[in-house]
Amino acid sequence: MFDFSNVTIWFDALLRQTLGLGDFWSILIECILVGVLILAGYAILAICLIFMERKVCAYFQCRLGPMRVGPWGIFQVFADVLKMLIKEIFTVDKADKLLYFVAPFLVIIASVGTFSFLPWNNGAEVLNFNVGVFLLTAVSSIGVVGIFLAGWASNNKYSVVSAMRGAVQLISYEMSLGLCLITAVILTGTMQVSGIVEAQVGPWNWLIFKGHVPAIIAFLVFLVAGNAEANRGPFDLAEAESELTAGYHTEYSGMGFGFYYLAEYLNLFVVSGIATTVFLGGWAPVNIGIEGFDGIMNLIPGIVWFLGKTFAVVWLLMWVRWTFPRLRIDQILKLEWKYLMPLCLINLVLMTIIVAFGWHF
Amino acid sequence: MEDNNKSYFGEIGSAVKTLAIGMKTTLTEYFTKKSTEQYPENRKTTLHVSARHRGRLVFSRDENQNYKCVGCTLCEKACPNDSIKILTEMVEDPETGKKKRKLVDYQYDLGDCMFCELCVNACNFDAIHFTNDFENSVFDRDKLVLHLDKEVYTGGSLPNLIDGGAPLEIGKFNTKTK
Repeated sequence: MFDFSNVTIWFDALLRQTLGLGDFWSILIECILVGVLILAGYAILAICLIFMERKVCAYFQCRLGPMRVGPWGIFQVFADVLKMLIKEIFTVDKADKLLYFVAPFLVIIASVGTFSFLPWNNGAEVLNFNVGVFLLTAVSSIGVVGIFLAGWASNNKYSVVSAMRGAVQLISYEMSLGLCLITAVILTGTMQVSGIVEAQVGPWNWLIFKGHVPAIIAFLVFLVAGNAEANRGPFDLAEAESELTAGYHTEYSGMGFGFYYLAEYLNLFVVSGIATTVFLGGWAPVNIGIEGFDGIMNLIPGIVWFLGKTFAVVWLLMWVRWTFPRLRIDQILKLEWKYLMPLCLINLVLMTIIVAFGWHF
Repeated sequence: MEDNNKSYFGEIGSAVKTLAIGMKTTLTEYFTKKSTEQYPENRKTTLHVSARHRGRLVFSRDENQNYKCVGCTLCEKACPNDSIKILTEMVEDPETGKKKRKLVDYQYDLGDCMFCELCVNACNFDAIHFTNDFENSVFDRDKLVLHLDKEVYTGGSLPNLIDGGAPLEIGKFNTKTK
């Protein structure tokens, strides 16, 4: 299988040996390059996701979706982005200006930060710490601060209600999100993102097959909790258009609003990406133990596998979003604290027993 | 609504079941044919407008283009929006010498009409009816005031529209040809 680290090592050698640059310059150039690539990928994926959302939503509602701008409406999102960019950015009179301007950046930082953890290919992880999964959940929590600050700084009662709801929901669901990840970590024995994926290479080695019952439960609970973390689907009561106008980003215009919009879709992608990485094998191809079949599958690049699986999970989450009605805040908390979290804890014990006795595949 | 007297685990079971029903419903909807009509593109090919659709009011005329309206103003009185104005004059019949009401002008303001069909229901002579010709936009409000007795309505802007246009086929949309 193609190892992307060949490319990075070659590029590093090019800078250091061929061009004779020192540590500072070579690391600076590499960091800038990686940052640009990450942000470009972020923007491109956001555009893909927004278009996908509009089409998938339309199809679930027996419509066609955008059809006018370009063939099958593919330039609709570009038109929207252009509109968003040229809109005036203004503040409410009594808003807390500093917090008001900082909040969207916190949300986007959390979103880009978690985005950087995703393993794109063999050897193409950007952030790859030995406490990867742990750090990932920590970085994703910064987003809550952004949402809360936005609601508070807007000086709008609906925004504050929305911020309260958002905070209570995000903090609650982070619990089962973390527990699900820990369940997977027990099975792989490592928190490193690349290690988790490498443990899943090989026939029937994806965690969802390897860990059978507890892994499937963890995967499903992870999708529910991830949907809540991304503020989407039946858990979008922080936005709750019908009650709170647009929730915490009511008072934002132009790119301030655009950042929330971007972050919402990218959080969806990040949640799906983490689910793919941890449970569906990340960039690991489908291997069933028959040599010829596996050989052909291994020829398909890892990034195709990763994006394919991730978009499949994204589609699953969109399906859920356009199916179920929004929950009330008490129902959301009841679901988390009375159902999902106990289930996660039992599941954790179950997984520990299975791993301890070696009952997994 | 059912009584919620289930146990903790019974509740989980029924929740999963009802959620699955919902998912199944939307999944079948995802693959059904889409009912969107691509209007300006399909106006001459696949456009279907039900014959009962109320697009505008027209006079019913016989084969000699004679209308049946006698100028009784029942429709004018029935109209909640005052969009119908009828001018009549009394004309003496030269043979019998009796005076008879004759229609001079039947003004129908399409811009004021709300398509309630009360005028058609009020008419005793079947003199007016609604047609499904819906492409009525003009650039000037004055042009919306129609004189139904002066015009001879021969059909809409589109071929076969009065009969309903193309047969109703859900999922057949035309994005290219106009």
